[in-house]
Amino acid sequence: MLSVENLEVVYNDVVLVLRGISIEVPDGKIVALLGANGAGKTTTLRAITGLLDIHEGDVTKGEIHFNGVDITEEDPSKRVIRGISQVMEGRRVLAELTVDDNLKAGAYINRSASKVKASYGRVMTMFPRLADRKTATAGYLSGGEQQMLVIGRALMQDPKLLILDEPSLGLAPLLVQEVRDVIVDINSQGVSVLLIEQNANMALTIADHGYIMENGKMVMDGDPARLLKDEDVKEFYLGLHATGEQKSFRDVKHYKRRKRWLS
Amino acid sequence: MTPGLLILAQADASSVDRFLQMLVNGLAVGTVYALLAMGFVIIFKATQVLNFAHGALVAIGAFLVAIVAVDLDIPGRWMPGAAEWLTWSLAAVVGVVLGGMLGLLLERLFIRPMVGEPLFQVAILTVGLDIVLRTVVDDIAGLDGRPLADPWGISTATFGNVIIPHTQLVQFGVTAFTVAALAVFFRSRTGVAMRATAFDQEAARAQGIKVGRIFGLSWFLVALLAGIAGIFVSIFPRAAGVSSATAFVAFRAFPAIILGGLDSVVGAVVGGLIIGIAESSASVYLVEFDNILGTGFSAIIGYVIMMIVLLVRPYGLFGTEEIRRV
Repeated sequence: MLSVENLEVVYNDVVLVLRGISIEVPDGKIVALLGANGAGKTTTLRAITGLLDIHEGDVTKGEIHFNGVDITEEDPSKRVIRGISQVMEGRRVLAELTVDDNLKAGAYINRSASKVKASYGRVMTMFPRLADRKTATAGYLSGGEQQMLVIGRALMQDPKLLILDEPSLGLAPLLVQEVRDVIVDINSQGVSVLLIEQNANMALTIADHGYIMENGKMVMDGDPARLLKDEDVKEFYLGLHATGEQKSFRDVKHYKRRKRWLS
Repeated sequence: MTPGLLILAQADASSVDRFLQMLVNGLAVGTVYALLAMGFVIIFKATQVLNFAHGALVAIGAFLVAIVAVDLDIPGRWMPGAAEWLTWSLAAVVGVVLGGMLGLLLERLFIRPMVGEPLFQVAILTVGLDIVLRTVVDDIAGLDGRPLADPWGISTATFGNVIIPHTQLVQFGVTAFTVAALAVFFRSRTGVAMRATAFDQEAARAQGIKVGRIFGLSWFLVALLAGIAGIFVSIFPRAAGVSSATAFVAFRAFPAIILGGLDSVVGAVVGGLIIGIAESSASVYLVEFDNILGTGFSAIIGYVIMMIVLLVRPYGLFGTEEIRRV
């Protein structure tokens, strides 16, 4: 469905952020993209959705294909019409607008009133809490509700591929689980998902395939079960010892293991 | 605009009549301020820039109406025998829409290339636009002013002892309609997209909204508002016509914008009406203090109110607290 090949992105003509990464999101699957801060996860998202230009970024090499069509240089609104929707990092609700208006803004590309109504109904059944707060100003919702709202906003576009950028950011563990269940639910309705996360545990338990990024490069990819067992992933993303027990922070200070990324 | 004029004509009026007449005159000025202020606010919300060229758009809108209605007589020339108010109103609509298209063109040519540039530079660009546009209008229109030849002239209606010129009745109706139409528009698909863009451009783009197109639409809308305001500035109170002075009237709406809050359309309307009524009441009730305050105190009462409100609510009556940029 989505294939990114050897993508290279440069900010401000000098800062090389992505050094030739490749990602494949197969039809109907959930793919997780993991990486620490500054690895280039969000930049990858921007390149796929076409929002690099306002950040002075440019794709200098590589190609992005969606269902066989080259969309590397396409206008962002055309990509949304093609079926690529995104949930941006940090929620980005339209805080001054009501819940309903947020969803309406999400449905902008959808001109048919009956389709908008159908999507709206689907979002409301999926998130009953939003249905209770239709006319509330979005900025006054709780963090969890806001995350549901932006996921709902993206679903108003009837996406074929949904890209979520750190949907678990700043949420309580219980809510993270809820978000995870929602993603599985969306995927079960036939939407492919690219899940960008720092929370490796959450992402890898639901993904069909996992990628790990560091410094603008893919360092590892493969079956999530295998990644979860990998020593380096355990050490640096899950905070566990080789034996599997929780690591104490006192040990972290003394003990510095080099990442080797043997894959 | 001197709201006190009509009062002097009826020296024997009772205090209630005096008050009602004052209120009507205040609303007459206030509605114009409201129309002007909404124009400023919509651009500010969309682009975070105070549009200094708004005054020029006001003058151009009125000027285009003068050309269409008087010089070209469109569509009156094809409608012999039609009522004058009908042909003139249609001409006014044509003129205002032409003004709107000019707004669209200006955005495309001058403002769009500035997207992403520092806001201060965009603001200065609108100052430049203002100078150029006013010069062009002055050159074509001449400095003497052109009549808009509205069909109502100086005819008036009388309710009890209160005198309301017909032009003002039209003005009240048109302003009410405009505000209602805007309220409906901002709930529509495009209107919601515009509000989304005003709040967060990147998030709006992520929804597939074409931000450039929304900017163009904002300028179109604002030029329409400017044209409507321009008409009433030009035919009230004495059918002065459009001249080089018309452009400067827009900036008299300034206290209204600040009072209501720079980023609130509702605030613009409320602020406009408050300032209008304040000016009008000052010109009626503060006349006795002329020897202390000096004559023409009503012209600055708006700024006095603005400063008092700013002391209490620095972001205006309806403004958002976190506005940082002007």
